[in-house]
This record gives sequence, structure tokens and C-alpha cells, in this order.
Amino acid sequence: MNEEYRYDYKTVEGYILSAIVWAVVGLVVGLLISVQLFAPALNFAPWASFGRMRTVHTNILGFGLGIGAVFGLCFYIVMRLTRRPLLFPKLARLQLWLFNVGILLALVTLAMGYTQSLEYAEMEWPLDIAIVILWVMFAVNVIGTILVRREEQMYISLWYIIATVVAIAVLYIVNNLAIPAGPLKSYHLFAGVNSANVEWWYGHNVVGFLFTTPILAMFYYFFPKSTGLPIYSHRLSIVAFWSLVFGYLWTGAHHLVYSPLPDWIQTLGIVFTLFLIAPSWGSVVNGYATIGEDWGRMKTDYLAKFFILGITFYGLQTVQGPTQGLRVVSQLIHFTDWVPGHVHMGTMGWVALTVTASIYYVIPKMYGTEIFSVKLANLHFWLVLVGQLIYSATGWITGIQQGAMWKALTPEGTLKYTFMETLVKNYPYWHVRSLAGAIFIVGMVVFVLNVLLTIQKGRALEAGKSAAPAAA
Amino acid sequence: MAGKIYSKPIVFTLAVTVAVLAGSIVMMAYPMMRPEMHPKLENLRPFTALQLAGRDVYQREGCVNCHTQTVRPLRTEVMRYGEYSKAGEFAYDRPFLWGSKRTGPDLAREGGKRPDAWHLAHYANPQVVVPRSNMPAYGWMKANKLDPASVKAHMDALGLPYTAQQIAELATRTEMDALIAYTQQLGHAVEKKKMAGGFDLAAVNPFGSSPQAIAAGAVLYAQSCAVCHGDEGHGGIGPSFIAKKFLEQPGYGTDGEYFAIIAGGSDVKKAIGRPGLADGGMEPFGAQIPPDGIWRIVSFIRAQQLHEGSEQPGVEKREHETGGKH
Repeated sequence: MNEEYRYDYKTVEGYILSAIVWAVVGLVVGLLISVQLFAPALNFAPWASFGRMRTVHTNILGFGLGIGAVFGLCFYIVMRLTRRPLLFPKLARLQLWLFNVGILLALVTLAMGYTQSLEYAEMEWPLDIAIVILWVMFAVNVIGTILVRREEQMYISLWYIIATVVAIAVLYIVNNLAIPAGPLKSYHLFAGVNSANVEWWYGHNVVGFLFTTPILAMFYYFFPKSTGLPIYSHRLSIVAFWSLVFGYLWTGAHHLVYSPLPDWIQTLGIVFTLFLIAPSWGSVVNGYATIGEDWGRMKTDYLAKFFILGITFYGLQTVQGPTQGLRVVSQLIHFTDWVPGHVHMGTMGWVALTVTASIYYVIPKMYGTEIFSVKLANLHFWLVLVGQLIYSATGWITGIQQGAMWKALTPEGTLKYTFMETLVKNYPYWHVRSLAGAIFIVGMVVFVLNVLLTIQKGRALEAGKSAAPAAA
Repeated sequence: MAGKIYSKPIVFTLAVTVAVLAGSIVMMAYPMMRPEMHPKLENLRPFTALQLAGRDVYQREGCVNCHTQTVRPLRTEVMRYGEYSKAGEFAYDRPFLWGSKRTGPDLAREGGKRPDAWHLAHYANPQVVVPRSNMPAYGWMKANKLDPASVKAHMDALGLPYTAQQIAELATRTEMDALIAYTQQLGHAVEKKKMAGGFDLAAVNPFGSSPQAIAAGAVLYAQSCAVCHGDEGHGGIGPSFIAKKFLEQPGYGTDGEYFAIIAGGSDVKKAIGRPGLADGGMEPFGAQIPPDGIWRIVSFIRAQQLHEGSEQPGVEKREHETGGKH
């Protein structure tokens, strides 16, 4: 490892390893709850019941894997793009330890049932305070390092990282405002319709600024770096960035279509959701045009296909999402399994492919070596791709089926199906979905092995280097 | 000129902040200042201590992950669940619990639809009451006593009214009691659509005692009615309709009356002055079972009553209890 960056690189590696551990935990919990859906006997203890474990699944993957990877990879990108180590290396290391303690406490408290019942903001108030502290530490290091950079221009990835830092802070603090009622109990400061509106303003955008902007930062940095192809259009990335950052915050109300929320908020939310297709596809087109100079890279460069498939799922996700926001579509698929199908295309497709590819790039780079096995990486790619496609497709089919059955009428004008009749039709698809999840997990295990073996290889190389001068 | 912003991090960060705040202010902060975001229906009552304790349990168990609490203003949804949700129903809901996934049915209109005993049996063992349900069992809540001090702290935090006696009484209640109390108040602020009226109580069953209709009715009965009224109509959570005290009452239950009660539920029963309405009551099945199906159930009920009436009093009961042939 380069001596100037050695300490910071170890910190980055720490985040990547932490994210990997939380990924495995979150994925196994995901598999458990997917089986519980058709085998209720597997709710074998209160802490292991679906209602609690579903929250553990989303939080551990969103905050453990998601934020862990974002912290580590963003620190790496910031150092490369500012051409200098982090401004506060010790702070970043302290943040790493706090982060892991925080996620562990989240896991324990959520399993114990301490929850705010706000989607993606379930953690109770003491943990919220810890998260805000972590975020401030992250912001200070990122912005501080950028301020003392050794490169005049800020590259696209830095814009997205700054946007992430700002937006998550605003969103997280506002939605977690609560009335404390005990050491691990609180009530949302906002009531009823207002509570719903604040929550989905948060809920939609926390996904946007945790699973979109930092992932785009990774895409814009690691994709050109790993392929050696410069980004096709700087101008397009400027337009896409500003319209995305401006447009995103208007859209949360599309989660509340046909709810008691005032119509004008729903409609305005839907309009901006449609608008958001443009900046999203700005990045997709930029990615395609970049590889367009040499599509052969998809064959020769093993990381290119991760990034291109990743951005493809981002493109599909950002067309499917706005379609779902339309009232006529929402009334059919809202509340059904279509929605988890949609979410998992984004997380298992776009986010997982881009993050794992970025890690494949970073780990060998930090050790000045190569990936342990390109073959394993390819196996990982195909497993997670197949797993994700089956998962999402079964979700969409089940969702349309159940939505249609809920609405079906007899010739006499009465409801055609009881609720249970619509539910039991999901069972066969839920079996397939668990199988899809298992395939995905096997793929991720292959990834973890590949990363660990690469690190082992890198460390052996390092030990050899430091031993050589001593022997001489 | 504008290009310079990409080499000025502070200006850039401020510009991003402005962009992020624009939508947040219009869509999130500004609506807060409008009265339409703070409506309260006249009939809406604050949670009692027991109900809030139940809501805490509902939150803790993540019920919101599978159950929505908002009926959309869509025709079939209103038929299935009841009146669509109004903004003014949720003034005390911190946080809102509308949910985003309907793995189980919506609960916004669940209050008062079924008796407490149904909920007790269902929460303790969902599959016994609703075969093939995928809901986890929560029987263990019956053993968990409430902690009055913490419920009081929660009521204080929310500024909800209570008396010292109400808090003291919590010591004898369990989490299950609380959850049922919470469930039974869901949707209380919106008046239920009265199902009475519109039924012809003198209507005659078009299927009479046709064996095909009785057989088809038996299947429908097993699906929708047996849970509460027993496999053969001896009663359980709901009353027996073949017990002597009913059968011997002159003129009890015309075919039209039975049809009306099945289609319209407890409201109809009350309207036509029939006794036996315990806590909660019977849900209307008119939206789920087409009229032909309801008439076939009536045929089945009639067949059961005839069958029971022809036997020696007491004899069949013992056979039933010992699991003898029937």
C-alpha cells in the first residue's frame, strides 16, 4: 500500500468488510422472512417473527450494507479525486467503530421490538442521535478534505457525494423528530396525514440519496476508471445532476396515492415523479454512450458488465417507479407484491451490482494487485443477476394477479374473491421467490469469498514487500 | 462563469442545499401550515390508556409491515372493507400506521366488525380461525401483563386524557386485551354504512331444500360461517342457530331474515330486533358472497335445523361431544 494513504486505506477496507458482514446478516434474515410468508410456523419466537424481522432486514441492508459501503467507497473516491488522504484520518476510523456498534444496537433493539414504525426510520431516538453524529463525522471529513484538495476541479462523483451528505442530513433529522416517551420509545412529532406526508417525503428520498446519488458517484468514478473510457458527456452529467437533486424532493407523495392526503400534494408528487425520468436517464444514456465507443469491453473487461447491467436496472427502475406513481397503475399494484418486486430490482440489481463491482475495483487497487479470481466474479455476476430477475418477476406477476383479484366482481356485482382466496394464490410464487433469494445469496457468498481471498493475497504481498528490505 | 461553481465547494454545497430545500419546503413544510393537514372528525375520540397500550403492541410487533389502515376510495375496496378513510380520522395517530403492503387485509374498518372472542381466538392461533392464513401466532401475549407506569408515561408524552383508576386497572390486563381493545376502536370515527333496509324479509328461498343447493351451501358455510357458528351450527364465537331455544320460538327466522342477516351482518340483526348481539357482532357478507350463494347457505342452515329438530333432545349433543358419527 502507498504509505501516504496506508492508514486511510485500512479504514476503507474496514468499512468494506463491515458492509460485507452486515450484508450476509441482512440477506439471511431476508431469506427467513421470505419463507415465513408461506410457512408461518417459522415465526418461532417473538423476536424472530415476520413483523420484527422484516424491519431488521431492511435496516441492516439499508444502513449496515448500504451506509457501510457508502462510507467506505465515498472516502476512497474523495481521496482519489482530491489527490490527498482524508483530512481527519482518526475521525474516519472512530466513525468506523461507532458505525458498527450502532448497527449492532439497531439489530438488537429492532429484534426486541423497539421501533418508530416509520418505514426506513424505524430505529428509536437514541440510535437516531447516534446516526446523526455519525453523519456529521462523515460530512466533516468529506467536506473538509474537499476544501483542502489538491485538484482544482471537483469531478461529477464529488457533486453526488456532497448532495448525499446534505440531503440525508435534512431528511433524517426532520423525519425523526419525535416526542420521547421512554428510554427506547417515542412518538412521531407529526400526527395523522401530516405524519404520513413527512414520512414519505423522507422514505422516498432516503432511498434516493442513499441508493441513488452515492451509487451514481460510484458509477461515475469506478466505471470510467475500470474501463479506461472517459465519461461521454460532462454537459449531460451537469444537467442530470442538478435536475435530479432539485426534482427528487418533490416526489414522496406518490407513495400516498388514493390515501387521505390532499389531492394537490399527490398530484404534484406524481408530476415531479414523471419529470424525474429525465435526469435518471441522463445518467443511463451517459453510461451507455461511454461504453458505446467500445461495446467489446462487455466481453473483455469483467467489471464493465457489472456497471452496464447496474445502470440498466437503474434505468428500468426509474421508468417503472414513475409508472407506478400514476393513479391508474397505483390502484392496481399498490399494496401488492409488485412493490417489493420493484424495490428489489433497485437494490439487488442497480445497487448490489454497482457496489460489488466498485469493491472489486478498490480492494486490489489498494494493495497494488489483481482480483483473486475473475472466474469467481463472473459466477457471482450471473448468480445475482438470475436471482434478482426471478425475484422481481415473481413479485410483479403476484402483484398484478392479487391486485386484479382484489378488484374482480361477479356478474351480480359482488366481490368475486374473499381476501384469503387472493392470498393463497401467492403461495406458489412465494416459494419461487425464496428460491430466487437463495440463488442471489449464493452469488453474494461467492463475492464475499472472492473479496476475502483478494485481501489475503494483498496482505501476503505486503508482508513480502516489508520482509524483503529487512532481509537485504 | 457558472462553471466556476465546480471548483468552489462551499458555494456548490450551498447551491445543493437550496435545490434540496425547494421541494422539501413546498411538499413537506408548507402543507404543515395548512389546516387541511390537521383535520379532526367530530366523532374522533382520543385513545384510552388500554387502547394506546394496544397500539404500542401493534407497533412493536410490526403489524404495519403486513396490514394497511387506509381504505382507498375505490369501489371494490369500499365493498370489501367499508367506507374509505378520511383525513380527519387520524388526528391522534403518531405516527400514522397506514402501511405500504397488504399481505394481510386492511384493518381500517376492523373495529366492531367481529366479536372480541373472534380476535382472541385469531390472534392466539390464526390458522385455526382462518385456514391457510400465513399470520404469525401471538398467543404468548396472553401471558404478558401490562405495565401501568410505562403506559401512563406514554399517555403523558402524547398529552392524552386518563384517570388514575384507568391506569390502575391496567395492572390486571394483558397485552392481548390491549391489542384487542385497539383493534376494536379502529375506524370508530366514521359512521358505518347501515346495511339494514333494502332487504325483503318475506323473500322466499328460490332453491328451497334442493339437495344440490344444500351441498353447495355446506361448502360456502364451511368457508365463511363455521369459524364462528360451529361446523354444524352449534355455535361458538357466534350463537347457535339450531339450539332448541331458537327453534322453538314461533316464526323465528324467515328465509328472507336469514338472507338479510348474512348479507348485512349485525346491523340488520339489530334492525329487525333479534337478540344475541354480543361485543362486536357479525360482519356483512353481502359484498363477498353473491346472492345465489347466500340463498344456498340458507338452504344448508334450514337442512341443519330440520336435522337437529328431528332428533331427541340431548342425545345428539352427547354424540357430538364424544365425536360420534353425525
